This record gives sequence, C-alpha cells and structure tokens, in this order.
Amino acid sequence: MNRTVLIGMTALALAIGGCAKRTPPPAEVTPPPAAEANPNSTDPNSLEVVELPALQADLVAKAGSDTVYFGTDEYSLDQATQTTLAAQARWMMANPNVRASIEGHCDERGTREYNQALGERRANAVRDYLLSQGVPAARLVTTSWGKERPVATGSNEEAWAQNRRAVTVIIR
Amino acid sequence: MIKRLALACLSLGLSTAALSQAQDEPPEVIGGSVRTSTAIAVPVMPGDVIGRQVAEVIASDLRSTGMFTPLGPSGLPSYSVEEAGNPAYPSWRNAGVAALVSGYIEPRPDGRMTVACYLHDVTAGRELVHQGFAVTGSDWRRAAHKCADLVYSRLSGQQPFLDTRVVYVAETGPKNNRQKRVAIMDSDGSNHRYLTIGRNTVVTPRFSPRGDRLVYVSYIGRKPRVLLYDVASGQERLLIPGDHITFAPRFSPDGRDVVYSMAENGNTDIYVVSASGGPPRRLTATPGADTSPSYSPDGRRIVFESDRSGNQQLYVMDADGSGQRRISFGGGRYASPSWSPAGNLIAFTKIAGPFRIGVMSPSGGGEKILTDGWQDEGPSWAPNGQFVMFHRTPQGAGAARLYAVSIEGGPARMMPTPVGGSDPSWSPLNN
Repeated sequence: MNRTVLIGMTALALAIGGCAKRTPPPAEVTPPPAAEANPNSTDPNSLEVVELPALQADLVAKAGSDTVYFGTDEYSLDQATQTTLAAQARWMMANPNVRASIEGHCDERGTREYNQALGERRANAVRDYLLSQGVPAARLVTTSWGKERPVATGSNEEAWAQNRRAVTVIIR
Repeated sequence: MIKRLALACLSLGLSTAALSQAQDEPPEVIGGSVRTSTAIAVPVMPGDVIGRQVAEVIASDLRSTGMFTPLGPSGLPSYSVEEAGNPAYPSWRNAGVAALVSGYIEPRPDGRMTVACYLHDVTAGRELVHQGFAVTGSDWRRAAHKCADLVYSRLSGQQPFLDTRVVYVAETGPKNNRQKRVAIMDSDGSNHRYLTIGRNTVVTPRFSPRGDRLVYVSYIGRKPRVLLYDVASGQERLLIPGDHITFAPRFSPDGRDVVYSMAENGNTDIYVVSASGGPPRRLTATPGADTSPSYSPDGRRIVFESDRSGNQQLYVMDADGSGQRRISFGGGRYASPSWSPAGNLIAFTKIAGPFRIGVMSPSGGGEKILTDGWQDEGPSWAPNGQFVMFHRTPQGAGAARLYAVSIEGGPARMMPTPVGGSDPSWSPLNN
C-alpha cells in the first residue's frame, strides 16, 4: 500500500592523506566536492555533511579534547573550557581547509524541545568564543542534538554531567 | 422469517457522517453511576468467521476507555443473526451484565460487508442505539472501532475517539546509540508500520488536522529539520529550506500553516509558515527559548513555553504573535504544552523534581496533575479531549514507553507498541 521514501544516502568520503614520498602519493579517494547547497531546495538530499575522522583525531591529539562541558541548564564557559577552546581555535587556524560543526548536547533532565534550544545555546557560546580567537565565521556552523545523543547512559549526576557538552566536529 | 431492523448505514471511506444519535443523548446510567465500571458483554458476532475478532476488538477498545469491564467474547453464549436486535434480556440479566453489544455481519452486493452494531441496556431490557457500517473485508477493524465508539459515546456522553491512529517515534537499541524511526499504528496497536528507516534521528511527529499528513523533525546534515510528510503516498519534503535549525512543528487547525521554533545565535523563537511553502512569519522575538507552540482548536491563539522569565513557563498569544501573556504560576517549571481539541484545557509537562503530565485551563487555573512517573513528558490529546497520551522514561538505560491517561484520573495505561516509543501524536477521528 504505502511505501517509505528513502530520503537520501550519505556520500561516503574516504579521505586518504598523502605524505611526501619519492613514489607518487596514494590517490585521494574522495568524491568531487559537493555542489553548493541550493538554499531554496526542499530536497533533503541537498543537506548532507561529511565528517573527517582522521582530522578529528588530530584535533583531539593536538588540542587535548574536542568536547567541553556545562553546568545544569547552563551555557557559560568555565576556565577549563576556555583553555580547551583556545587550543581548538589554534588547531583550526593551523588547518585552514576544513570547517567545524559545533554541536550542543543536553542531559535527559529536560523536556525534548527545550533541550533542542538549550543545545543550540551551548553550541552558539562555543562558536562565539572560537570567533573571538580569530576563527573565521565561514568555517563554523552550529547545531543542537538536544538530549538525543547521550554518551553516558546512567540516570545520575555523573552521567548527566558527561552529557551536558558541546563537541567540535571537523567537517569538510 | 428473518427480521432485521433497517440500519442507518455508515459507509466508511465514502462519507464522514457523524454518529448523530450518540451526540444528542445524555450519558446513560446503567447499573450504577457513570463512574463505576460498567459490566458489558461482547459475544461473538454471528454471520461471518470474522465475528470473533470483531468482538475481541470491540471488547479491547471498551476496556481501554477505563469505563467498562468487558466480558467475552470467550465464555459467552452465541446468538443468531435474528437475535442481534432482540436479545434475551432476562438471560443476560441473570449473567450479571448491565449492557450488551450485539450485531451481525453480512455480505453486501458490492462485495463489501455490513457490520451491524447494537447496544442494549440489559437492566432496562431495551435497545439504546444501533448503526451499521459498510466496509471492505480488509477494513473490518474500522467497523469494530466504530462500533466501540458508538457504545462509548452513547454511554459516556463524550465524542468518540477509538477509531483513531497514533504516530510516534519507535525506539530500539542502547541508550547511547538509540535508533529512532517514525511509526504509525491504530490506537489499539494494530496495523503498525515504520515510516522512516532509522538512518536519521527523528523526533516529534505530529498529525495534520485531517490526519492525512505529518510534520516531524529529522536530523539531516547534522541539523534538526522540519519535514512535511504525506501519509498515503510517503512523499516528503523539507518544509523550511535554508540552513536553519528548526524543530517543534505543529499544524494549525485549518491545516494551512505550520508553527515551529527556529534557533539562531543562541536564541530560539516561534515562527509560522504556510504548509504549501513560502516565507516564514516571525511570532516571537524575545531573548530566551520560545518553543513547543500549540494552536487552540479555533486557530485564534497559540500556547507555548518560554524561559524569558528565568525558567520554563507557559504563555498564550494570539495567532499573529500579539498579546503574549504568561498563564502558569504554580511552583516548578512548565513545558511542552498542548491545547485540547475541546478547547477547555491545556496539557503540559510539569517539572518539579519528577516530570509529570498535568492539565490546566487556558487562563492558567485549575491545575491538575494526572501522572506519577519519574519522567513523563510530551502530552498529546485524543480528539475528544478526554484522554492524553505521553511517553514515560524510566531511570537508567531502559526504553521509554507510550502511555494514555484519562483526564478524569486513574492509572495511566501502557500503549501496545512493539518496541519502545516516545513523542506520540494522536490522530483525529478517522474518516
């Protein structure tokens, strides 16, 4: 009777960084750059975003962390967070060819839609700080996962504290 | 000689004729006050092998209202097609039942079947109401739900609500890697199917006023986006093009507009856009998180939550965004409001330690808490304004489940979903 319409497939990107060698470097196995998203498109396929896991690992290694944490119902940045973000900003300046998706998350002790708003507040606060450190605005996008992607599964203060976070995700 | 009463036949799928008999009568008091549970017999319906399943669906529907103690169909005596309209009332009285649902099933010349439904007051020894429903063979469940609605309406004085569907988010997998899919089912759990495949996280699907479309939120390109989905065809499209974080969508009562939240630069406000596309119109512009908008049934006002005062509270505004005023003043925080289709109540999630479902009048008074879970949230109204569905999340890593509760009080009833579920939306009455 009714059929579910598949709403698109993620373009798989395999970015293999070449290093300087006498032999030709391995070919980059990447699809062509995505066409500029048509802002008036109503096709969900036009919105896909490509993560870059190797560079993500490099961010974590060089900046110390890709994640900063927040108090309950808060979106302010404490000193430890600012230190981490300053290091992330330096990494972004040293890697000018990628962008970052700043992604806010919440613990489960909030209602669904309010948490979507709170996550965006957190992401926005992090983005503002990175901007203040000189990262160009065009390289940063923000989003909110609300409480949809917890990393810790308990229902206790320790788990909730781990889930109240903003993650800097390196994207093409 | 076969004597059958001339039936006022409701052809399902061809007309939306109201159950007029049920609407005009006051509640029938049978064998006690309306608040005690009525013992009602639902024997196997004669005339077709499907008569047992029809009776089972009717009995299950009646049990779900919290108003009835249905007996049968197993263990009850059978009766003939001729006896459907003229049962042996003394025998039923002796069996200790106050009411009886009888009927029969017969084929029609056009290949469909008629399901005849009779409600009897056994105590008084008379029929209260009857109606016939013409359905295709595969649609027999609709006839059973319509019959149960006829019985429920006549005995409660309320509008029907059993011939409805639920759309919700089905949840599987561990808490830190949950797979979420939009799913749809009849309100008794039958005809369950998935509408999305689970690749993207999805939340908050809501029916259009005629039940033919949905709006829901899907995480596409790592952002929450509002999609408009046609239930019959499965076609869908982005409702608000552009690079925005959008969520919390709901249809207006005339089905023409969708109200929603957009988050930008650390601020979330409420907008409305035509369901057929076009530029959004901004409704709120205060610092703070304004979200969870819900129209009044006359389409003139919108209730929403905002933390502009410092924490989440409920506000009402005119549909053009003017006249924003706070209505919640009890202790605690108030979220995720939903305006009853009957217009007289607003359901909400109250956060005061635990999360509980409550209702209040649209002016903010008369607050009544309906549930007692640890984390109950996201109320959705039955179309008759008598029941509220919500999801209950347990402490720890277990899955959330859907529950329904009567506004009269009483325990919440778990909905029969195949897996965990959240964010239910109750459809209008099916055509």
